[in-house]
Amino acid sequence: MIRTGTANLASVAAALQRAGRTVRFSEDPADAEGADLVVLPGVGAFGPVAGRLDELQLRDPLTRRIAAGRPTLAICLGLQLLAFSSEENPEARGLGVVPTTATAFRNGLRVPHLGWNRVTAGDDCTLLEDGDAYFANSYKLDEVAAGWAGATTDHGGKFVAGLERGNVLACQFHPELSGAWGQALIERWLAAAAGVV
Amino acid sequence: MLLPRVIPCLDVKGGRVVKGIRFQGLRDAGDPVERAEAYARQGADELVLLDVSATPEDRGNALEVVRAVRRVLPLPLTVGGGVREARDAETLLEAGADKVAVNTAAVTRPELLDEMARIFGRQCTILALDAARTSNGWETVIRSGRERTGLDAASWAREAVDRGAGEILLTSWDRDGTGDGYDLELIAAVRAVVPVPIIASGGASGPGHMAEALAAGADAVLAASILHDGHTTVGDLKRELRALGVEVRS
Repeated sequence: MIRTGTANLASVAAALQRAGRTVRFSEDPADAEGADLVVLPGVGAFGPVAGRLDELQLRDPLTRRIAAGRPTLAICLGLQLLAFSSEENPEARGLGVVPTTATAFRNGLRVPHLGWNRVTAGDDCTLLEDGDAYFANSYKLDEVAAGWAGATTDHGGKFVAGLERGNVLACQFHPELSGAWGQALIERWLAAAAGVV
Repeated sequence: MLLPRVIPCLDVKGGRVVKGIRFQGLRDAGDPVERAEAYARQGADELVLLDVSATPEDRGNALEVVRAVRRVLPLPLTVGGGVREARDAETLLEAGADKVAVNTAAVTRPELLDEMARIFGRQCTILALDAARTSNGWETVIRSGRERTGLDAASWAREAVDRGAGEILLTSWDRDGTGDGYDLELIAAVRAVVPVPIIASGGASGPGHMAEALAAGADAVLAASILHDGHTTVGDLKRELRALGVEVRS
């Protein structure tokens, strides 16, 4: 699990441990490149965390890994970091493996988008399924990018709840906090990844 | 559409769940891990754990409780009580909290909210606001209700959100533990001035009260006594909420 700062790492680790896995925290580019499974958790702001990935020289190994579809789970801000950029910190650069920009929710909506919302998975998804997921986000991706399968949810308009390609699973919601449905999703990702590592 | 949340609240002292009336006369209400597992099984949407320890030694116990609850809980966990500095919040996050609630320390040093939002994000920064009725509104009370501040509750909520609070846990001191229903006017007064989610707390004795609070502008409803005492379960509350036309997570 990539440690980019203080986040709810313990919750993600607990979910992986409930699935019978051992978790190691790392900031080492060699792990980002070589670990069988990599989790990119995400709490914090887009700019500072993107900057942290550069400082730690994690940008290139993560980008290569995700582009190759190797087993990677990106959560919340982790999903937004796959984009080129974000309205949260317009000058900062994301990994750019998803060709889009993260945007803010429009005025007049409850923000942060904090709580349970209904997820609808696209027909081409193999990991993501329909269900209720727990979200905690103030920014979002608006459309499922070409080349990715995805799921959506709605808060004043549809936005991306999750993306998948190969063994890369990116969730705007927190699967580790989404009850039995979220735990089952993590276990499907682990099972699919087990086929390739 | 965000679904309304039903959130059991565990007040923890000496490693046990406790509950009183208007924050006084605490009695034992079970083992926190057993309670957490039971509420998760019943369909709780989230859990709030408030450390109401009186001593520094007991704070260590509460941290152990957070770790133990985290191991079994696949739901969001908000932890509050005794948070004075950003590093206290960090300790709780490392133990397994997803969100950290601050109450007294935010009133005495409001910059704490700015600091927490900057370091951990707004979604992690929860203002716990205890409000007591006055002749013409609500006053913020701190130190478990023992101290009145003279601070108008709605104005304080607004300032806290401007500084970085991403959610408000709004407790009516007058209704806490009474079963008389949430203070709906208080919920509406705070709803009118902040865009962030509000968790209504204090006074629930059944699904009717919960539906009223949601209609008054709350996004989530907290319950403690009615669940701990075994009068009802989260599952029953949700079934009854659905019957009242409130869509909740199954």
